[in-house]
Amino acid sequence: MTESEKWKKINKSVKERPKVQEYKNWKELSPIPISLPIEGNSGTTGDWRTFRPVIKEGCNKCGICWMYCPEGVIKRKEDGSFEINLTYCKGCGICAKECPTNNIEMVRESDIKDD
Amino acid sequence: MTEVQNDFIQKRESIIIKGNVAVAYAAKSARVQVISAYPITPQTTVVEKLSEFVDNGLMPGTQYIKMESEHSVFAAVVGASKAGTRTFTASSGQGIFYAHEMIHWAAGARLPIVVAIASRGPAPPWNIWADFTDVLSQRDTGWMSCFCAEHQEIYDEILMSYKVCEDHDILLPKFVSYGGFILSHTSKPVILEDQDLVDKFLPPLPSEEGWPHIWIDPKRPMMFGNLIMPSSFYYEFRLKIHDANMRAKEKIKKVAKEFEKTFGRNYGNGLIQEYKMDNVNVGVIIYGDLALQMEQAVDDLRDEGYKVGMVKLRHFRPFPTEDIIEVAKKVKVLGVIDRATAFGSQTGGPVSCEVKAALHETKGTATVLPIINGLGGREVTLEQQKNQLIKLVKYNETGEFPKDIIHGTLWDGLLEVE
Repeated sequence: MTESEKWKKINKSVKERPKVQEYKNWKELSPIPISLPIEGNSGTTGDWRTFRPVIKEGCNKCGICWMYCPEGVIKRKEDGSFEINLTYCKGCGICAKECPTNNIEMVRESDIKDD
Repeated sequence: MTEVQNDFIQKRESIIIKGNVAVAYAAKSARVQVISAYPITPQTTVVEKLSEFVDNGLMPGTQYIKMESEHSVFAAVVGASKAGTRTFTASSGQGIFYAHEMIHWAAGARLPIVVAIASRGPAPPWNIWADFTDVLSQRDTGWMSCFCAEHQEIYDEILMSYKVCEDHDILLPKFVSYGGFILSHTSKPVILEDQDLVDKFLPPLPSEEGWPHIWIDPKRPMMFGNLIMPSSFYYEFRLKIHDANMRAKEKIKKVAKEFEKTFGRNYGNGLIQEYKMDNVNVGVIIYGDLALQMEQAVDDLRDEGYKVGMVKLRHFRPFPTEDIIEVAKKVKVLGVIDRATAFGSQTGGPVSCEVKAALHETKGTATVLPIINGLGGREVTLEQQKNQLIKLVKYNETGEFPKDIIHGTLWDGLLEVE
């Protein structure tokens, strides 16, 4: 297999890609070192969370939480309201702190029963 | 050149343009997608002409970026190339030195960038004229590097370079250099090839997926340029850059052949081009614009009965070691003429050092006589070149080194005031 064919294999979607690159020697390496996203030892960053931000009713859709979120996990929905991607939200609380109407509450994860 | 090829060429249109304009036309013919630009003499008119093309709508689909320095210029092409585009820029002398960091980045990231270099002497003393020390000083960056002897060759070489660089098994950047002012600011007829033919000759522009090894796509995230610990693969990746360079030799030869088939112009085997190297005692290896005039010097001396020939070195990296050995077997004395310096090295000239190293362990090869001339754009006349050849002939006959040799090298054309 030529070098290019080998590395065409890797140029695929995240799911199709091998999770760990396998190489025996320098010839089998890709032309450059790259890192591909895989789940780390500590799981997804959402697992680190102690407090979960919960958007209460009465949100005025100003977007300040969306702007301040350091992880970019707050997403604007089609109706203009916001949802938080809990797979990656670390629970830092910046959104709750910045919300001008105090509409985001940080709830301890152990107090949440529905999941 | 055969008659058929001659016919073939005459059907094409040629226009009289400066070397720098030929570069701009080559970039246009190659349909480059991103150009980053910063002016530096003697390259400036390349990017000026390209901005004119872009402004007049002659290069649809090309992004022209004005940068604030050469370091940024190279950073921009590195970024653009990572995103999967065909990129181009041009630079000279001090500009390359300033961009040196990014030059390493481009080769390390294995990006097929082609950069035209209108070579000029490094300062101080301040100099803007032909001298290949600027591009040759980038020797160890991993970039391929080649020289052009005339205007048409500049246009052709840029097209060939994209084909070599973008080969997915090679993926290396390349310098295409030519003497500042001597080629960049003089005019000669250049055949501009039919766009359809060029499109057929060049590989297709990179798809939206980008290059096979690197891409910028939020849907397929990757991280590159990472830190690698000494125990990990840094060492092996360096070897891969060297390996790609060495493998590129075959590709360069193949592309030169293909180019001749498509456009009818011959550039030797791509790596070197021999001129009257049959039945010779004395030969010279020479590169850049001086090679063209040397052809005339060889012709003249041949008419006078001297058995001389020359080899135009087209590629410096990858260095055509095997071809140079073959050449050195044909002659008894081999002059290597540098228009560049490698201070403190064995010969003082970068190419003569390489040639000497190449011949080191092969028996039955010529004695090498290193020559340096024309530094910083100093004029090298036809008479002077003929004298160089005659000195080599005399050396071959008598076995005595020319008297005016300095540290083992002939520094030809030094000023002497009476």
